[in-house]
Amino acid sequence: MNAYLLIILPLTGAVLAALWPHKDTRPLFLPAVGLTHTLLCLLLLVRPVAVDPSAWLAFDPLARAILPGVSLLFLVCACYAVGYLRHKEQDNRVFVPALLLVLGLLSAGHQARHLGILWIATEAVTLACVPLIHFNGTPRSFEATWKYLLVGGTGIALSLLGSICLGYASLHGGGSGDITFTALLAQGASLSRAWVLTAWVLLLVGYGTKMGLAPMHTWKPDAYGESPGIVGALLAGGVTSVAFMALLRIKSVVEAAGQGVVASRTLLAIGLFSTLVAALFLLRTRDFKRMLAYSSIEHMGILCIATSLGGPGAWAALFHVWSNGLTKGALFLSAGNLQRAAGSSSIDEVRGMSTIMPRSALLLVTGMFAITACPPFAPFFSELLIIRTGFAAGQGWAIGLFLACLLLAFFGLSRIVFAVVDGRPKLKATKRTRLRESAGLILPPLILLCASLWIGLFTPDILKDAWSAAVLQLFPQP
Amino acid sequence: MNDTLSLLIGLAMGLNLLALGTSRLPVLIRAVAAQGVLLGLLPLVLEAHALDWRLILITLATVAGKGLLIPYMLIRAMRAAGIARELEPFIGYIPSLLLGAGGTIAAVALIRYLPLLPEHAGTLHVPGAMALILTGFILLIGRTKAISQVCGYLILENGIYLAGLLLIRSTPILVEFGILLDVTVGIFVIGIIVDRIQRAFDSLDTRKLTALHE
Repeated sequence: MNAYLLIILPLTGAVLAALWPHKDTRPLFLPAVGLTHTLLCLLLLVRPVAVDPSAWLAFDPLARAILPGVSLLFLVCACYAVGYLRHKEQDNRVFVPALLLVLGLLSAGHQARHLGILWIATEAVTLACVPLIHFNGTPRSFEATWKYLLVGGTGIALSLLGSICLGYASLHGGGSGDITFTALLAQGASLSRAWVLTAWVLLLVGYGTKMGLAPMHTWKPDAYGESPGIVGALLAGGVTSVAFMALLRIKSVVEAAGQGVVASRTLLAIGLFSTLVAALFLLRTRDFKRMLAYSSIEHMGILCIATSLGGPGAWAALFHVWSNGLTKGALFLSAGNLQRAAGSSSIDEVRGMSTIMPRSALLLVTGMFAITACPPFAPFFSELLIIRTGFAAGQGWAIGLFLACLLLAFFGLSRIVFAVVDGRPKLKATKRTRLRESAGLILPPLILLCASLWIGLFTPDILKDAWSAAVLQLFPQP
Repeated sequence: MNDTLSLLIGLAMGLNLLALGTSRLPVLIRAVAAQGVLLGLLPLVLEAHALDWRLILITLATVAGKGLLIPYMLIRAMRAAGIARELEPFIGYIPSLLLGAGGTIAAVALIRYLPLLPEHAGTLHVPGAMALILTGFILLIGRTKAISQVCGYLILENGIYLAGLLLIRSTPILVEFGILLDVTVGIFVIGIIVDRIQRAFDSLDTRKLTALHE
């Protein structure tokens, strides 16, 4: 029941918000729905319910391991959005319902235990994000939306093809073609080998496009760069996590079919490639919001590398989903503050923000150190765990390459962040409509950074239990 | 049953070549529409012995969506933009035709080596799906006008829909949700975007979408 409530609640909120007549009070739907959703998620985190194995949608251990983090991120972004939308002249009759729709569909995607439902939720999230990316209405955001839709649409089409292939693998292996994950796992080794491998490649490319793995990442810098900061935070912390969840569930099926080695190797290769491509582009980009997109590609690569390392790696990956989502959220919101004050996000046009927006600049710098795995923030601990797991699994050379990429990414990120923060103030915005650093602007990213700190230093036992239960669901025999 | 099936799929594959070889957008749009109608009729042929209202509803929805609604929107977008030809494709018409034809022949020839269930082995079903997907990709990559790319995406989707029909007996829900959501909503949104792009850029030429790069 609660599983459905987590989906129905935001969807109802979206309908009500669309019908709500007043522009000024409509954004209040966001924190109201977000708070209820987060409380429900936390309740389910503390008191997990038994899952009917044949259910198509359920708050199973995997959903329990990630969804509360996404819900928390949404709540903080929702609080930020209230102040953000108050300053905007554009009508928010589409924006607010679309955000709530994204929350509902993310909940559906995380809880989907049926390949078809998972696909529909991902497809719908892709479409619901279109008005969000396009919100600013500039020619540049048109361009970003078109690329997002064409690349994302092709990716999502390929993942449907992959789902069909997995269904055919079940049929060809003598099964009934039932594509719930429970049934596919139960059929295991009797799945047709050739079709499972075809399905794996197509699903990896399809959901990998949604995650933004290189070389299917081309939509990401444009979309993140041109959309509002909250949308970037939700895309990087929420939408990508659904695609990652899909890959986790599918990988467990491929593993059950006896092709785990192939799946792990491809994941390791694509993960390392993404990290490398992101690190190189980070050295080159001159825009601090596109920088965040490349950083997101890098962290998606890290998730793939971790997942390729088996059970302990998957545990570290789940930890990293939380630490990346929360820290990246703080970065997107503080970068959004700077962009709103300066009227641009290019380091050629914006400088010396530490004197104009001192608090936001401090948050951006702290967030930059957090995301590049400086202690004591959560990414440091999750990446350290991944590195130790990698050495334990005998993947020394891969971890070496990974560390080199991390170093390059640190150079790239710190170069851009300090170029924006340091120096003599320079803004693009001509009319000095001073953006006051009010609590609504500063508190949300601060809360996310504190959450990142807290999860790193004092990882709550309940989260550790949730991640262990999820790994147990993915790999029944350790 | 297999004869009608192969005939319909064969016609759809023939339309691929028409779509690859033409520079005129109205011809391209109509070829895609005709292909949609042909494929939309397939569930009736495949499940002729077990027709029910649900199946007929899928057929009606597919034919109306792929055959009428989307082509109508595309033609409107084309008139609004005032262009009727694709003049400078990335991949020329002859090379695209050769690629498409080569791919189709390869798909038909390779069918013997694919592990298929006996009921799918002797028909054009799987090669047809492969040829459609390939054609869709050639158009997506090889054309510059947004409308041609949308047509390419539609052919790609037709191919995936055809592949999905392999599962119509075991998991019809995948086929239903797939076509309904993807076709109606996806293309609807793409249509709106095309409309917006044309207002912003006048020409619907995706080569001009180059402000965002490193």
